[in-house]
Amino acid sequence: MPVEATATDQRPLWQGVVGFNLLTGLLLGIGGFFLGAWIGGQIAVGHDYLLGTDQNDVGLFMGYLFGTIGWLAGLGFFNYPLGRMAGRPASLRHHEFGGVGRYFRLCTDHKVVGIQYFFGVGIFFFIGGLNAMLMRTELLRPTEHAWSAGNYITLVGLHGTMMIMMTSAFIVGPFANFLLPLMIGARRLAFPRIEALTFWLTPLAGLVLMSAIARGGFATGWTGYAPLADEARAGQDAYIYAFIIIGISLTLLGVNLLATVITMRAPGLTWSRLPIFVWAVLSTSILMALAAPVLVAAMLMSVMDRAANSGYYIASQGGSPYLYENLFWFFGHPEVYILALPGFGIVLEILPVFARKPLWGYRLAVAGMLGVTLLSFMVWQHHLFVSGMNSSLRPFYMFTTELISIPTGFIFLNGMGTLWRGRIRFTVPMLFALAFFFNFLIGGLSGVFLSDVPSDVTTHGSYFVMAHFHYTIMGGLVFAFFAATYYWLPKMLGVVLNERLARIHFWLMFIFFNLTFFPLFAAGFIGMPRRVSTYAPGLQGLNDFVSAFAFVLGFSMLIFLANLVYSLVFARIPAEENPWQSKGLEWQVPTPVPVMNFERIPVVNTTPYEYGVEGAPPVATLAPGAVAAAGS
Amino acid sequence: MVTRVSGVVLGVAVGAALIAYYVVGYLMATPPVVAATGRAPAQLTLQTVASFGHSPHPDWVSYLAKNPAGKWVHSTILRVPAHSVVNVTIYQYDTATGLRNPFWSLPEGIIGGTMTVDGKPLKYLNPDLASHTFAIPDLGVTVPLKGVPDNAKNQCSAAPCTLAQAHTTVTFSFRTGKRGTYRWQCFVPCAAGFILGFGGPMQTLGWMDGLLQVV
Amino acid sequence: MITVAGQRLPRHGVWMGAIWLVLTAISVPLIVFVLGPHLPPGRMTAEASDQTSANIVLTALLFPLLLLVVVVFSYSLVAFRQTGAAVEDGPPLRGHGPTQATWLVFTGVTVIALAVWGSYTLVQTARGAGGGQGPSPTDLPKGHQTRMQIQVLGQQWEWTFRYPTLGDFETRQLALPVNRVTEFHVTSLDITHSFWAYGLGVKADAVPGVDNIAFVTPKRTGKFTVRCAELCGLWHGHMYRTGYVMSQSDFMSWASQQKAADAANVHDLPPYSRTYFPKPQHRAG
Repeated sequence: MPVEATATDQRPLWQGVVGFNLLTGLLLGIGGFFLGAWIGGQIAVGHDYLLGTDQNDVGLFMGYLFGTIGWLAGLGFFNYPLGRMAGRPASLRHHEFGGVGRYFRLCTDHKVVGIQYFFGVGIFFFIGGLNAMLMRTELLRPTEHAWSAGNYITLVGLHGTMMIMMTSAFIVGPFANFLLPLMIGARRLAFPRIEALTFWLTPLAGLVLMSAIARGGFATGWTGYAPLADEARAGQDAYIYAFIIIGISLTLLGVNLLATVITMRAPGLTWSRLPIFVWAVLSTSILMALAAPVLVAAMLMSVMDRAANSGYYIASQGGSPYLYENLFWFFGHPEVYILALPGFGIVLEILPVFARKPLWGYRLAVAGMLGVTLLSFMVWQHHLFVSGMNSSLRPFYMFTTELISIPTGFIFLNGMGTLWRGRIRFTVPMLFALAFFFNFLIGGLSGVFLSDVPSDVTTHGSYFVMAHFHYTIMGGLVFAFFAATYYWLPKMLGVVLNERLARIHFWLMFIFFNLTFFPLFAAGFIGMPRRVSTYAPGLQGLNDFVSAFAFVLGFSMLIFLANLVYSLVFARIPAEENPWQSKGLEWQVPTPVPVMNFERIPVVNTTPYEYGVEGAPPVATLAPGAVAAAGS
Repeated sequence: MVTRVSGVVLGVAVGAALIAYYVVGYLMATPPVVAATGRAPAQLTLQTVASFGHSPHPDWVSYLAKNPAGKWVHSTILRVPAHSVVNVTIYQYDTATGLRNPFWSLPEGIIGGTMTVDGKPLKYLNPDLASHTFAIPDLGVTVPLKGVPDNAKNQCSAAPCTLAQAHTTVTFSFRTGKRGTYRWQCFVPCAAGFILGFGGPMQTLGWMDGLLQVV
Repeated sequence: MITVAGQRLPRHGVWMGAIWLVLTAISVPLIVFVLGPHLPPGRMTAEASDQTSANIVLTALLFPLLLLVVVVFSYSLVAFRQTGAAVEDGPPLRGHGPTQATWLVFTGVTVIALAVWGSYTLVQTARGAGGGQGPSPTDLPKGHQTRMQIQVLGQQWEWTFRYPTLGDFETRQLALPVNRVTEFHVTSLDITHSFWAYGLGVKADAVPGVDNIAFVTPKRTGKFTVRCAELCGLWHGHMYRTGYVMSQSDFMSWASQQKAADAANVHDLPPYSRTYFPKPQHRAG
């Protein structure tokens, strides 16, 4: 039987600090790292290929491995399995602390994991953003002036990895974990401990990644291409290992969410009544579960090349750099849809609420998401058009890549149809959702340029590609993230976010995002390659403008942070139960959400989009037993 | 409740400040600038060592530069005057590795097309004898540096090396043009232990790559 | 009232369509005639022309699509906004089969047409659009028999070029003859780079152990820039050169000059080969 958390705010502070928590995890993790590095050093002694480098890759990887074991042990992840092996009875969730301490521990309450993800991944998002500001500082002048060339490349790599690797679960992490059970009428995800594990692996990966700085940084950017990865300094090991951890975390998260959606829907929640966000999470989970393991395989081979002198990716040893490129992009393309699909789900969830109309073309939207999911496994070679791949395959991949824009386009039709003859309210979540459509439109259409091989020969590896993916990922995912934040934070954290600060945040972010990234299409067309700290002198004016706008964009994020701190710590205005008058099931529970979510598992009656329908029943009957007992 | 949340916020802020300090410290760390001695002609004196011998990377090969006060500085950021002749003397203490692309053993961009190796003029070096190169590609300067024989006595193992230890002396001159900052690098895959010989010191400023500031 | 097939078209729809048509009619000619000539990479070579045409067609086709969505959204945000503080519901419209079908057909046809036309540009005009085609290129341009072969060697961190048919010399400068097919054999001596000759419209990854072939047929003499388009380490942004397209006679005299300059070095170069694995490759330096 699941156990309720007891109110333990009166617990003395020392009891809160001692025990299995983040602090113990850190301590045991660091201890494990040194133990593993020592063991690795013992293993690797005497191998002549390590001489002269004073970097012991075997030691580093063993160190990270033992550090991971220490981290997980310190957080208490081995307690339950070991206890079961020792004969303790099975339990679904364990006794949980109350108060703020829950957020720094292994907690099997999905709502806590959602909040942990929100802040845990958010920290790395902001670190990545800081890196971007530092990069744009360097790009103010055509030659290196602020950071040396080697440091700049590390900044580029850290920015990319923070933003893609660490924020793969930017929306799925906080919002799917917190809201999915509420939306489907469940009390938990299918595997609560694995859910906690997927969260706690994420800051671990972030810390490992940050440790790259202490080892000279890494020189490959977020794509980690071999053989440069094989040549690079010890910081590359940190990058590789962090990506392995995130790959494992994504796989587990995908499986968990899939199992939940398939098996734990409340009675009455048929597939055609599922909220569109749940469909988006389902599609994303398929991608996570199937693509992330390929990444882990590619990275493991990189580990072997660096630590054991194997030759998977080294041409002179019989391997091929193409192996890495294909494995990486076989993951990498579904990865960008892992980033984009939850955004689709968010905005299609929000639009009906603020247009006060049902989602227009529900089946079309679902078909679009599933179509994107299927096709995303068939397009990856469009990243490799000029790489020397077999040229007769290029028309095929051009075709599949063009095809994928059809299901993506459905989302726009859904948006237009939902707004048609609606009663549109311009709340802050709505503003972000509308901005998503505008940005993703530009991003998506620029993708059509890139899918056409002749045009790709012009723009591959240039700033045009940069502008494309910033428009789709930042203009898509990040705007959707903020839409979701402003929309659901009143339910998740129970406080109202300041409206004025939120609007300033939106307008600054939207205007300066477009001003920053639209000129980059031109920069790419003029011929500026990616990831360079030096460029043609004639481009300095363009870059200066872009940098200035980027600084304001960064500043707008600070306004969001200020809003968050102000609303959570100082103003603390409690939120209403349903401030947006939404008909979604997650809004029918009280704020703060009770530990068990629902008193009784509800029976779902309709889709959550029954706006404008006369006499529509509520989306679900919350206390079905009581209604039945009351008669009829 | 407020105290706890504020405590958390404060903790995070402190942590963030520490991280920022650490990161910015890493980013801002560059080797010092070493100016050439005199002007018109300016004199640059450099040495290449087989292993640096001190932390942080005792096993790495490295360049060092002599500052106008006569002291050897562990830096590769060099400053020379614009529109003048620069005389370069390199004391080469490392053994030969050989060039991956023998093209780089053709000296280019130097005055008279001739370099002087151990007192004798040389127009071309056998690529297998090259230990390092001094190349400023954007100025068209490429000079291969002859290596010390493998069996030479009294080889240097820690920087800075002295003239008493086994070395070859290479001198040449080039002309600088307008102002700017140009990169220079070694083209020999001399980073022992790294695959393809181009990792580690070959990709780190202050060791085998540097900047030439023409002011 | 506008009627189509006996059904009255909604007023808002008519307005949206009209605005869109006007904007499209203004913008597409501007794109094709004013912006078009400035789109990259220019018309210096036949392949660059292919790419420029592709870029013009794509922009002219996709911009109206952008306009359509922007017009519909913007119009809706103005016309259908909630006035006042009340929260009213809109009509429960869940979908409209004909609209969805039209959209599906329309977007489907556009995309498939683009894919077909892109393949045509690659294959039928038989030039490969300047992209690297790997060791067995399928798209061979006209005039291939009299091609000039130039090997592009990427290495950290400079481009060098070998001219196997002109005495097998190596040089840091790149020159091509005009009006003749040039076959680039792009390979790398160490890690992955990407040879991007902007004005020529050529982009081919330099991968160790792989002979990546790209074709170009220059139509005009002039200069072009060469950059590296794949992150290759510390000085990636500095792998930056200027190349020249010259007349046949200028090219031949340039080649003999280069050959003479490289004379001392030629016998030390490894024999010409499609790929190289020069030492050291392994770890122990």
